Amino acid sequence: MCAVPAGANDERMVLISTTVDGADHADEVEPRLLLVHYLRIRLGRTGTVVGCDTSNCGACTVLLDGLSVKSCTLLAVQADGAEITTVQGLADGDLHPVQREFAENHALQCGYCTAGMIMSAVDLLMENPDPSEQEIRDGLEGNLCRCTGYHNIVKAVRAAAAGLRAPGAPA
Amino acid sequence: MTTQAAPPAGRVTGQPVRRKEDARVITGQARWTDNLTLPGLAHLAIVRSPMAHARIGKADVSAALEQPGVIAAFTGRDLAPDYGSLPTAWIVSDDLIVPDHPPVAADEARYLGDAVAVVVAEDPYQAADAVEAVQVEYEPLPAVVDPVAALADGAPLVHAGQATNRAFTWSFSGGDYADTRRRAKVVVSRRFVQQRVMPTAMEPRAVLAEPFPATGEFTLWTSTQVPHFVRLLMSSVCGIGEHKLRVIAPDVGGGFGGKLNVYAEEAIALAVARRLGRPVKWTATRGEDYLATTHGRDMIQDVEIAAARDGRVLGLKVDLTADLGAYLQLLTPAVPLLGRYVYPGIYKFAAHEFTCQGVFTTKTPTDSYRGAGRPEATFAVERIMDELAAELGLDPLELRQRNWISHDEFPYTTVTGLTYDSGNYEAATARATELFGYDALRREQAERRQRGDPVQLGIGVSVYTEMGGLAPSRWFGRHGYTVGGWETASVRLLPTGRVEVIAGTSPHGQGHETTFGQIAADAVGVPFDDIDVMHGDTDVAPWGLDTYGSRSIVVGGEAVLRAARQVVDKARVVAAHMLEVSPGDLEFGGGRFSVRGDPDASRTIQDVAFAAFAAHDLPPGADPVLLAEATVDPEAFSYPHGTHLCAVEVDTATGLVTVRSYVAVDDVGTVINPMIVDGQVHGGVTQGLAQALYEEAVYDAGGNLVTGSMVDYLVPSAADVPPYVTDRTETPATTNPLGVKGAGEAGTIGSTPAVVNAVVDALRAYGVTDIRMPCTPERVWQATHGDA
Repeated sequence: MCAVPAGANDERMVLISTTVDGADHADEVEPRLLLVHYLRIRLGRTGTVVGCDTSNCGACTVLLDGLSVKSCTLLAVQADGAEITTVQGLADGDLHPVQREFAENHALQCGYCTAGMIMSAVDLLMENPDPSEQEIRDGLEGNLCRCTGYHNIVKAVRAAAAGLRAPGAPA
Repeated sequence: MTTQAAPPAGRVTGQPVRRKEDARVITGQARWTDNLTLPGLAHLAIVRSPMAHARIGKADVSAALEQPGVIAAFTGRDLAPDYGSLPTAWIVSDDLIVPDHPPVAADEARYLGDAVAVVVAEDPYQAADAVEAVQVEYEPLPAVVDPVAALADGAPLVHAGQATNRAFTWSFSGGDYADTRRRAKVVVSRRFVQQRVMPTAMEPRAVLAEPFPATGEFTLWTSTQVPHFVRLLMSSVCGIGEHKLRVIAPDVGGGFGGKLNVYAEEAIALAVARRLGRPVKWTATRGEDYLATTHGRDMIQDVEIAAARDGRVLGLKVDLTADLGAYLQLLTPAVPLLGRYVYPGIYKFAAHEFTCQGVFTTKTPTDSYRGAGRPEATFAVERIMDELAAELGLDPLELRQRNWISHDEFPYTTVTGLTYDSGNYEAATARATELFGYDALRREQAERRQRGDPVQLGIGVSVYTEMGGLAPSRWFGRHGYTVGGWETASVRLLPTGRVEVIAGTSPHGQGHETTFGQIAADAVGVPFDDIDVMHGDTDVAPWGLDTYGSRSIVVGGEAVLRAARQVVDKARVVAAHMLEVSPGDLEFGGGRFSVRGDPDASRTIQDVAFAAFAAHDLPPGADPVLLAEATVDPEAFSYPHGTHLCAVEVDTATGLVTVRSYVAVDDVGTVINPMIVDGQVHGGVTQGLAQALYEEAVYDAGGNLVTGSMVDYLVPSAADVPPYVTDRTETPATTNPLGVKGAGEAGTIGSTPAVVNAVVDALRAYGVTDIRMPCTPERVWQATHGDA
């Protein structure tokens, strides 16, 4: 729950606590502050970007308690108490298989959609570890890319899926 | 097909080398302009006209100044002394009207979204609030939306000071078209409409200007394809010495022509930073980007083809009306000019008549969009060829074969005066039809037509060529372009044998760090990982003419190659001295100088680099700095070509078009990195397919952009497009030493006509002879069932 801090200088401010890419944060925020702006402006986590203002493009996708959300469509206060993973927190020492396969399969050109695309793909593979090509296309429908024509993104996600299913792959 | 010999072992050129760019992008460490922050950074937001055309009355920013966090607010009149008019760089005709284009409108707003005032605040939310508090009185003026109506006598004027909305007229003729038409047994004409589209780079534009008041210097970070143009032109617009303006294009999230410009917001940010003595940043929202970034296409094409009964094309007539929008941006008037030259496509005929009128309307200016004129031209000729084939009862491929330039006829000079140096349309088409299963699909189509299948199969053909490698400065000069088209690169061999390449082009997703790195790695003989490629910062790369028109690898790639070879030549002098032979006695390969006939006597390039740097024992005239700079200005364009084949299924009950298969066999000359070329084709084809089926920027009669968000403007998702089959033929360009032709625009140019030809082909039996793009279910259904 969001607590309004007693004695705050500005009564409109709300105190929220989050864990972002493993680091704990407590900040007073305006109730209207979008989660993506909290990440970018307040925390300097600029790996997550904004590509539209209508929740269509998915460039801002992050994981919120393990599920993908468009962080432009959530208020920061709605993330109070949540654990957030951005593309910057995805690698655990080594690159995540989805990150690795995006580079291996040339699934990015300008790369502006890539952070969100990777996070959506991670979520998709958690839900469906062995998606068909069509299931990948449908599963990534909420993320727009203007450069790649999606061909290599689909290939990358299939390759990552195979890697993640292999014995000894990270859970 | 010309087959290249296999590359020698160890070479990285020609290999699908993974990209240097990716490590920072996949980990969220890319440097987008909006990521940047500076001490004292203020945030700029723009008040935009809510009307297509209005006289600006009183503009009052006082309430905005009362808002929390607001630092300053300016009207167009306030800022008028701070800068000049935004420029156009291509004076395409003597009669061209170049209207004044203030970065912030002071007296009259001429399109929805035209800037009318500016606010600056401590944070972006406060700036957005302050926008709402600015009061502007507007006196509505008539919107001018339809370019044909805009040319009528008495039409309301976009620019009241001009006599007409016609910005320019050109005409061109080759041969005697009128006589040819009289003699022709078959004449087919159509009106094609290139709808207005929006480039939609995923990164909205952003600008950050930092002033240094003590010295009068400025640094401008901007999400642009053309930092060198921005430096040259903004220094003039804002009255800043060119030497005092540093422009940086950091990581740029796509462009597609939308960032090939010099924009109002760059001038505004510089002007406001200068006034406030503080850095200011502006970042477009998507809605703002759709209003304030140039749009593409928007032409009406009246096309007529004249042919003999056997299908021999005799002549082509094109009458073009180009909607320019409200102002001339950097290359606005040149887009149809670039198209003009490739209307003949791949075909041999002697008579051609071309006219074009550019028209002002009260809409966002149009300018380059991936291909810039050449996709429109290719669409027209490839669509009319299909219509001619239908008229003659010929297979569309057969008609093309009867008319195309055969591989043994190159170099070939077309009726518009371009000399195509090389090509092999037969080889690309043979490979494409094989991959596509053309004959089997034609049989299936006939069978489904026969049994009245409610889902009809359509097959679309497009065999294109284009003028790539936009360069020849002399050609540009003859055609009214203010600047040249040369390109430059520097190569530095560092003391440890690592190499820095400084490129004058400025990528936004194309992977220059990788492809230029491949060229340099092979030329200098060092590992690919030992190369760093820098670009996009006028302090680092002071010269360059940037990235557009499939020019980077063709012009910039050759510059890298030449500079790298010159560095090796400098190192050779040092190596010869070390080995006590003359430079002519040395062979160089694999990063090693060896004495001819005595391979044991050798030095690595790394050893030579350090010896040069140490300079303890240099021969006379040798330089410890192993640095070379090379500039290239090709004599001619390059001519990529290809054959694209598309199969669609059209549900006649619903009008829904589904792409069943798509084959693209492109010939972009010698390939430096096949992985990157395939990626360019995938993305290009998708953008062209999107124009054919999904995208249209729609204005209502009042001049309102009704597709001003991604909710309304259909950028396709992964679920909307098919997988692609791509392959290549490789006919090296004869006009540059790498043999490259450019790959950035080919996919877009080839695909739009292939898709629309497929849709029309599916419905030919229903009497359909054209469907306006985008071929939405509604339009397809209406074409199939009549408008009733």
